[in-house]
Amino acid sequence: MKYAAKIEVSLKPGHSNPEGETTARLLQELGYQVQAVDVSKVYTVHLQAKSRSEAEAKADEMSKRLLANPTKDNYTISVVEQK
Amino acid sequence: MKLEDIKVCVMRVGGTNCDAETARAFQELGVKAEVVHVNEFVERKSLLDYSVLVFPGGFSFGDYVRSGVMFARHLSAKMGREIEIFVDEGRPILGICNGFQILVEFGLLPGFEGMSTYPEATLTTNEPAGFRCEWIYLRQENRGKCAFTSKIPHGKVLRMPIAHGEGRWLFPKEKEQALLERLVDLDMLVFRYCDKEGKAADGKYPQNPNGSFFDIAGICNPEGNIFGLMPHPERAMYWWQQPDWTRQTQLLQYGDGKLIFQSIIDKLTKKC
Repeated sequence: MKYAAKIEVSLKPGHSNPEGETTARLLQELGYQVQAVDVSKVYTVHLQAKSRSEAEAKADEMSKRLLANPTKDNYTISVVEQK
Repeated sequence: MKLEDIKVCVMRVGGTNCDAETARAFQELGVKAEVVHVNEFVERKSLLDYSVLVFPGGFSFGDYVRSGVMFARHLSAKMGREIEIFVDEGRPILGICNGFQILVEFGLLPGFEGMSTYPEATLTTNEPAGFRCEWIYLRQENRGKCAFTSKIPHGKVLRMPIAHGEGRWLFPKEKEQALLERLVDLDMLVFRYCDKEGKAADGKYPQNPNGSFFDIAGICNPEGNIFGLMPHPERAMYWWQQPDWTRQTQLLQYGDGKLIFQSIIDKLTKKC
């Protein structure tokens, strides 16, 4: 079966977020009333797996081994079946 | 080991820079040093023919995903066993700037319990945000463990350039004080950012140029043979590489960066 695993990597709460703070400041300069900006990265991984749970397990492993650093990153995974 | 037997590998991949300067720094001190593309090892060469491995600076694999992680994972997939043997035999490894990020992502630094499966720390986005390319001051904090600073007295202030956008050292928040204590106790702390007189930067910009935790600029593993630092010693090898060298009162041959290359050579030839 074909699946698309959407892996979103974001900063753990409590970590400073210089990229988000700088972006928020720029948006404020453009006249928007912005309180804060959170930045995350989304990877959509297209893969083959026997089942949805296997696709989820593979995506979890990929996140741990490459996409997220446990020191500062959280990640969420959502898997959808593809035709 | 005799001086003429020392062979340094400066490992490069797409996006590496300062590899030629790093090799030249070693050659200047009388040892063989080669710049070798990682594919050469995958196809024909053996890493174990070398006595020192260096990961130079740059933006390996375009800094995609996180600085250093792509090269680190590529290495573990293609030549993980060779690197493991290299490390187990206690051969020295140096990581400069992106090289430091590679060692952290590989799990070789800090390496409290040896090589870790997942990174135990990170070098992340500078705070304040932005790429910093400037000369900074460092204080040598190591009490003798680190093989790459054996010739540098404890407390000595060094001047070197930095050039990075992701150099802020972080431990996991919930464990940072405990891990810092361990780092100091095991003599793994090597360089901290400071001012010209050697006073700790205390997290303040611009003395601490990236917001690094505890002003950390360089650390080694518990055995002292693996060392990573964000500043570029190869860009401070010669006195004339300093931006204001013509205005200084003294005219020397070498800059402070030389001490790092000389330290490891002297360590290998048992001069210190």
